[in-house]
Amino acid sequence: MRAKRLSIVLLVSLLVLGITTLGLAQEKILVFGNSGDVARLDPADVTDGESISRMDNIFEGLVEYEAGSTEIKPCLAESWDISEDGKEIVFHLRKGVKFHDGTDFNADAVVFSFERQYNPEHPYHQYGEWSYWGYMFSDIDRVEKIDDYTVKLVLSEPNASIMTSLAMFTACIVSPANAEKYKEDAFRHPCGTGPFKFVEWVKDDHITLEANENYWRERPKIDKLIFRVIPDPSARLLALEVGEIHGMEYPNPADFDRIKANPDLVLMSEPGMNIGYMAMNTGYGYVDANKNGVKDPDEPLEKTPGYFEPLTKKKVRQAINMAIDKEAIVRDIYMGTASVAKNGMPPFMLGYNDEIEDYPYDPEKAKELLAEAGYPDGFEVTLHVMPVSRPYMFDPPKIGEAIQSYLAAVGIKVNFYQVDWATYLQETEAGMHQMCLLGWTGDNGDPDNFLNVLYGLNACSIGTAGNYAFYTNEENQELLTKALRTYDVEKRAEYYKKAQELIHEDAGWVFLAHSNQNMVFRKNVEGFVLHPTSRMFFYPVDIK
Amino acid sequence: MDKESVGSELLRRFKYNKSAVFGLIIMLFMIFCAIAANFIAPNDPYPSPPLLANKLKPGFWSDEGAPGMPLGSDGLGRCVLSRIIYGTRVSLTAGFVAVAIAMILGITFGVLSGYFGGWIDAVIMRIVDIMFAFPALLLAIVIVAVVGQGLEKAMIAIGIVYSPQMARIIRSSVLYIKEMEYIEVQKAIGSSHWRIIFRHILPNSIAPVVVYGTLMLATAILDCAALGFLGLGAQPPTPEWGAMLADSYSFIVSGAWWAATFPGIAILLSVLGLNLLGDGLRDVLDPRLKQ
Amino acid sequence: MKQYIIKRLLMLIPVLLGASILAFSLIHLAPGDPARTIAGEHASAQTIERIQIKYGLDKPLITQYWIWLKQALQGDFGRSIVSNEYVSKEILSRFPNTLELTLFSMFIAITVGVLAGIVSASRQYSLLDYGFMGVALFGVSMPVFWLGIMLMMVFGVFLRWLPISGRIDIMIPFTRITGLYLLDSIITGNWAAFISSLRHLILPSLALGTIPMATIARVTRSSMLEVLKQDFIRTERAKGLPERLVIYKHAVRNALIPVVTVIGLNFGLLLSGAILTETVFSWPGVGRYVVNAVQMRDYPAVQGCVLFFAFIFVVVNLITDIIYIYIDPRIKYQ
Repeated sequence: MRAKRLSIVLLVSLLVLGITTLGLAQEKILVFGNSGDVARLDPADVTDGESISRMDNIFEGLVEYEAGSTEIKPCLAESWDISEDGKEIVFHLRKGVKFHDGTDFNADAVVFSFERQYNPEHPYHQYGEWSYWGYMFSDIDRVEKIDDYTVKLVLSEPNASIMTSLAMFTACIVSPANAEKYKEDAFRHPCGTGPFKFVEWVKDDHITLEANENYWRERPKIDKLIFRVIPDPSARLLALEVGEIHGMEYPNPADFDRIKANPDLVLMSEPGMNIGYMAMNTGYGYVDANKNGVKDPDEPLEKTPGYFEPLTKKKVRQAINMAIDKEAIVRDIYMGTASVAKNGMPPFMLGYNDEIEDYPYDPEKAKELLAEAGYPDGFEVTLHVMPVSRPYMFDPPKIGEAIQSYLAAVGIKVNFYQVDWATYLQETEAGMHQMCLLGWTGDNGDPDNFLNVLYGLNACSIGTAGNYAFYTNEENQELLTKALRTYDVEKRAEYYKKAQELIHEDAGWVFLAHSNQNMVFRKNVEGFVLHPTSRMFFYPVDIK
Repeated sequence: MDKESVGSELLRRFKYNKSAVFGLIIMLFMIFCAIAANFIAPNDPYPSPPLLANKLKPGFWSDEGAPGMPLGSDGLGRCVLSRIIYGTRVSLTAGFVAVAIAMILGITFGVLSGYFGGWIDAVIMRIVDIMFAFPALLLAIVIVAVVGQGLEKAMIAIGIVYSPQMARIIRSSVLYIKEMEYIEVQKAIGSSHWRIIFRHILPNSIAPVVVYGTLMLATAILDCAALGFLGLGAQPPTPEWGAMLADSYSFIVSGAWWAATFPGIAILLSVLGLNLLGDGLRDVLDPRLKQ
Repeated sequence: MKQYIIKRLLMLIPVLLGASILAFSLIHLAPGDPARTIAGEHASAQTIERIQIKYGLDKPLITQYWIWLKQALQGDFGRSIVSNEYVSKEILSRFPNTLELTLFSMFIAITVGVLAGIVSASRQYSLLDYGFMGVALFGVSMPVFWLGIMLMMVFGVFLRWLPISGRIDIMIPFTRITGLYLLDSIITGNWAAFISSLRHLILPSLALGTIPMATIARVTRSSMLEVLKQDFIRTERAKGLPERLVIYKHAVRNALIPVVTVIGLNFGLLLSGAILTETVFSWPGVGRYVVNAVQMRDYPAVQGCVLFFAFIFVVVNLITDIIYIYIDPRIKYQ
């Protein structure tokens, strides 16, 4: 009896304290902790960061980003020529590159990868939604094969941001043979030319990749790359501390002191290419009847469903800007992992206007402005609060609560409104909100991808708006369009600076913060470089 | 036995049931907190402008604690104790409303079903069967997803989800009472259905309603907190216990355990109190039901 | 007996049909356009319109229900809006995780609960009895999600004894056969995997198992006390049998009959609890999947999950009833 009890005690303690890891010295395996699982694994058919971060290591495009910047360099295309009028780009493709399934990379693969997205007649068009194409690449009219290793991209209008857009995940080249083999299930069997090959995907648990032995560059230094899903940031950190994983994304800002105090961990932090803001519905938008994404003269301005008298007044919006202590929010809620924003795009981008002076935190002045605007006793307003954390806004409900109490101090009563994320986007795009929290992470590093899509008049279409303040300034839109259609960098910067002045003065937004992107690795992991677009390239990474 | 002596007999039995008395004391204390929150809470549960710099300060056990906040502060620098005290209001109201909805629906359908029988009974009981085919919380989650988030909607959802349970209890009680002789007599002397239901059947079903209502109140408070925890219940800045927990459990690793621990204890205590009270009431009232 | 089972099985049909209508109509009454979810954060109006047509979201609701029901009867709940994967596959790939969690929780709950109940009853009014029953009282009043967080905090964060997320240490090579990790590692004789998956299983199943554990302990105790009062036990005692033998051989068997019902009822409660536990521990099961699906408004996934849960729930109840009748011949089946 006693011996039996003892053995039970031993067994239990073995379980509790048991040896967890089996050292496998011969193979270099890197496990990375992600906050969520992948939606699908077709690079042209995803919109979420989690899916993108996996595919960055499986697929490649014609061009790619320089490490840590949004400058582009050749990848699957060795070189390219842009025609005089800026409407045709000819790409000369790299020879001798093979997909993971052993088939050749060539012009057919490029045409296949693009045409399936824009041509409804294409047999593979039905297998995806291709959301990004209409939004980023609609200026591309068609892609033509010239010979086996030359393709031509024909644009309907010159577009200064198209080359950086081609480095995006959407423009990655997929294997046509693989697509034919798996048809509608190809999203589960990704096959590209990148440094890692797909091995397995266990839902909500992990995705395993292995080194591509036939990679056209040098073989990656690690043998296996595993992305493990651990949604809770605290749980991720604990797994990292005990060495169950080697790196993680989105650490909890509250845990930074703990991370810094741990000699085995390295906290990487860089300014992110994003903006988090509160938008105030200024009242009017247009219905994009012909769905061309542009406000045409025959599409008049009309009241948005969330039209709210006080917010149509510039003084009220300026007062709200002055009533919120952004510094405190960045310091205590973002816990210092962000910088205070004064403009609608991050400071390191082309055309950022640093001369603009931000609205100061001044509740007294705010009350005065409210009184001048005719609301000495304030008013009651509804705030849409995002139900999810995004890279541009950490913990929106807390930020919403802080804003609620700041505005209460100047007499404005804020009611919370929360819905699920999909409905949230739908309602705000339709202008049903009075005020809303939102933000943006840059796709390609071009200022057009911030200023035009977020603050332009064309983006005020009710139902598909990106301009959530419904800021309908025509002069502003003119500047933004001119900037997109010219390839002259200095002129573009000038247009953008002027636009930011207008945006600041009319105060449709309270620009809160540019969040840093943060990652934590174990000390023995080397070579990872943070990318402004938050994409994750593990090719140069090694474990020492 | 005349009415008065039944009453005093019950009271005597209740007084000897120690755990029931203890449950009652907890509940009275909670109700007191809810009513007197304005006077007993040491701080404003949502100060304006916010005292962000005060965030995540420990409570009385530490020298670095925020002054005047015995249970420490949460991620926005608010007093945890004050929010828990105001939270009794939210949770008790939510529980009572949910149970009230469940009772109104449950009693209506239970009486209809039990008293009239036949096809009415068949239809109602099939619907009850269908609703019983779902785990209660899952059904509540889906209903909240349909009608939208928010405390009021969570209460309604929970009330609806609990109603079939109540309907079954009432039905069986009605079936039992219906067979009694004096009801037959009432029918024979031509009393109307409504008179019989309101004057005779309902008053005799009070015991199970009270017992199961109390126990249901406990689970209603739990489920409301669960919805709050999943972000489907009360909206900020409402100090709802489940939402407070969800708000602050990400701070545990960084050492700020208090903001998530104490709201949970509040839930635990109130549920415990109601369970004790409910069990006690059952013990006291059950013999009478058997008579 | 056979007739009873067949009758009960037939009665499942209208219930499940009703459940399907409920599941379908509830989620379709909800505001919010699912096409918007499919299209993602950056989508043009054309894209959304195309998606509505592709998924049949432009058809009348009745038609949509009819199409859905016909497919659901063949086990096809359509494809998930978020992942584009068959919902049935999504559910089935996660179900082993939920099953292992609930079974293991139940295992803990039954062993500990029954033992504590027996001990309490055999030493009524002892300190041990008061201790166990006090703990059980707290146990039944416990918010699952809070208990989960507290277990994580104490055993995962402060003491660091046990992992707080995941199914197994990913570095351990592991072959998946049934998807039940403990079973698979026994089949393949993989000791390291067995220990690792067991360690990962302990905290979530403790959190989930506590409420049924407490209930089972209380029911076992009162049922034991009832049995111990009965004549045949007195006879056994009078015969001079050792007390231990009386309790373990004769009393327990009779006392466990009502416990079986409680276990059956609690299996249903476990499914509710699994939704919360899986969310707290990031457990990759069906419960967490349904919460995510609700939040993402993934209509096909929510409908599929709700119907799947209803099916499991109903089947578990049925099995309980049958077992109950089987072990307790006093109950008559009509």
